[in-house]
Amino acid sequence: MRSPTSRPDSPTEPPRRESGIPPGEPVLVVEHLTKRFGERAAVEDVSFSVAAGEVFGFLGPNGAGKTTTVRMLGTLIAPTSGSAVVAGVPLDPAKGVELRQRIAVMPETPGLYLRLTVAENLEYFAGLYGLARPEGRIERALEAVNLRARASEPCGSLSKGLRQRVGLARALLNDPAILFLDEPTSGLDPVATREVHELIDGLRSRGVTVFLTTHRLEEAERLCDRVAILNTSLRTIGRPDELRDRLFTKTLHVRTGAPLAAPEQVFAGLAGVERWQGGDAAVYELVVSDARLAAPAVARALVAAGADILSLHEERHSLEDVYLELIDDDVEAGT
Amino acid sequence: MSLQRVVSVMRKEVREYRRNRFVITTMAVMPIVFLIIPMVTLFRVPASASGSQVKAAVGAMSLLLLIVPLVIPPVISAYSVIGERVQGTLEPVLTTPVRRDELLLGKAAAAFVPSVGIAYAIYFIAAVAIRVGAAHVVSAVIWHPPQMLAQILFTPLLATWSIWVGIGISARSSDVRVAQQLATLAGLPLLAFTSLISFQLIKTSVPLAIGLALTLLVVDVAAWRVVSQMFDRERLITGTSAPHAHRAAQ
Repeated sequence: MRSPTSRPDSPTEPPRRESGIPPGEPVLVVEHLTKRFGERAAVEDVSFSVAAGEVFGFLGPNGAGKTTTVRMLGTLIAPTSGSAVVAGVPLDPAKGVELRQRIAVMPETPGLYLRLTVAENLEYFAGLYGLARPEGRIERALEAVNLRARASEPCGSLSKGLRQRVGLARALLNDPAILFLDEPTSGLDPVATREVHELIDGLRSRGVTVFLTTHRLEEAERLCDRVAILNTSLRTIGRPDELRDRLFTKTLHVRTGAPLAAPEQVFAGLAGVERWQGGDAAVYELVVSDARLAAPAVARALVAAGADILSLHEERHSLEDVYLELIDDDVEAGT
Repeated sequence: MSLQRVVSVMRKEVREYRRNRFVITTMAVMPIVFLIIPMVTLFRVPASASGSQVKAAVGAMSLLLLIVPLVIPPVISAYSVIGERVQGTLEPVLTTPVRRDELLLGKAAAAFVPSVGIAYAIYFIAAVAIRVGAAHVVSAVIWHPPQMLAQILFTPLLATWSIWVGIGISARSSDVRVAQQLATLAGLPLLAFTSLISFQLIKTSVPLAIGLALTLLVVDVAAWRVVSQMFDRERLITGTSAPHAHRAAQ
């Protein structure tokens, strides 16, 4: 996990919440959470935890249960079974107000009052959070999303990207211990998407815990310390590189000018090389335990064998490969 | 219960209505219509009119003036929940610490203040105009103290009933216009109750007016509690009800 940098709040940033949970300690613990709508399971037996200061990605296809999970954790809907502790507060109907005081949720559409100005929207939510003298908070939240100059404009006159920024400013008002962002870049153009990514990066650098649901894998790979992949039930969880290692073998691809006369003699016993295949088209795939160890040994062996090396590279799997591998398994299994 | 949250909700609602052309137009035009029609009728009642003629004319006016607090609030209150659902603002609000009753009271207060203000304004404009320009036989009935007391007491209580009905229907509806029409219709049966006094089928007296007002107050409080129980976060977000224990703690 990338460690959050500690820097004091500047006058232009919302102050950091004193959640009482030190960085790295669990701020969200979910155990066997299940939600059924009638006979249909929307979320099934999901367990995970999120550390304070972490940007946690919650990935899954449409209908996987991501939003339902966020709604349960935000006390909007009741779990059928299971439990959770959110920002130190048990997920319990009687503790709903206390829990919601400590978190902020930005739904997929920011849900702004389009007839009200940006400042009036924030003023309303500051009131709902019970903030005393909210002017400073509103100013800092607007500053954090670079919208201070547009405070007096009606939200209806703003572009979709700017509305998303207002939604983020609103979510920062109460200095949440956990900020739930549900598909924050859905429907945004690339420029607006980049702006939202930069804002999330900014939150990370200030140690805000972000729970990000998305089905944009490049977004998760870029922003998240750890990710969980959900498809009604939790399919996997870990750092993106961990997931890659867990699911895929490490492979070196070798292409030579002509097929090797005795490839078994070239590759056998090389450090880090576990097995190899190919050769017909002078292309070889080597399964390795450690590419950094195996690649130089392979290069030296090929040169010693008099081969012309056209290319030698490690196959890199993206988070998308991990995701598709898992979700395709589900599709094949008919789940 | 946080007064700050109630006031925040109320202030936001009022700001929104002030910029909603449909609400402003409806709230401006409807009272004028309800004011002009009975005034024209009452100004045409001659000084020599019989008691029954006067009673009928004054009864019609009184009834129309009591319709105002019943038909204006649904314009606002029926929009209050379904309107937020339609424009996608309800979910962010429900993720804040606001309690169900704080939200409902804020919304109800935002509908109550302008509705009752308009209803009182119309009533006093009508009463003063009749005193100045209508025949004495008419003026005497309008300015009869028990009659005035009934009008003054019933106006906010009828408005409150209408508001809760509007919010209740709004919380269970999926279309703003349908909610507004249903809420207006649902408020009208209570007029049967007040018609008894408007048309002087029951002889008005101060104790009777107060007694009926107290009855209306009980009905209003009951309506608030029923609407509060109907307001279920999970149902509003997903369309299916939350388990009872969860709903009770909202």
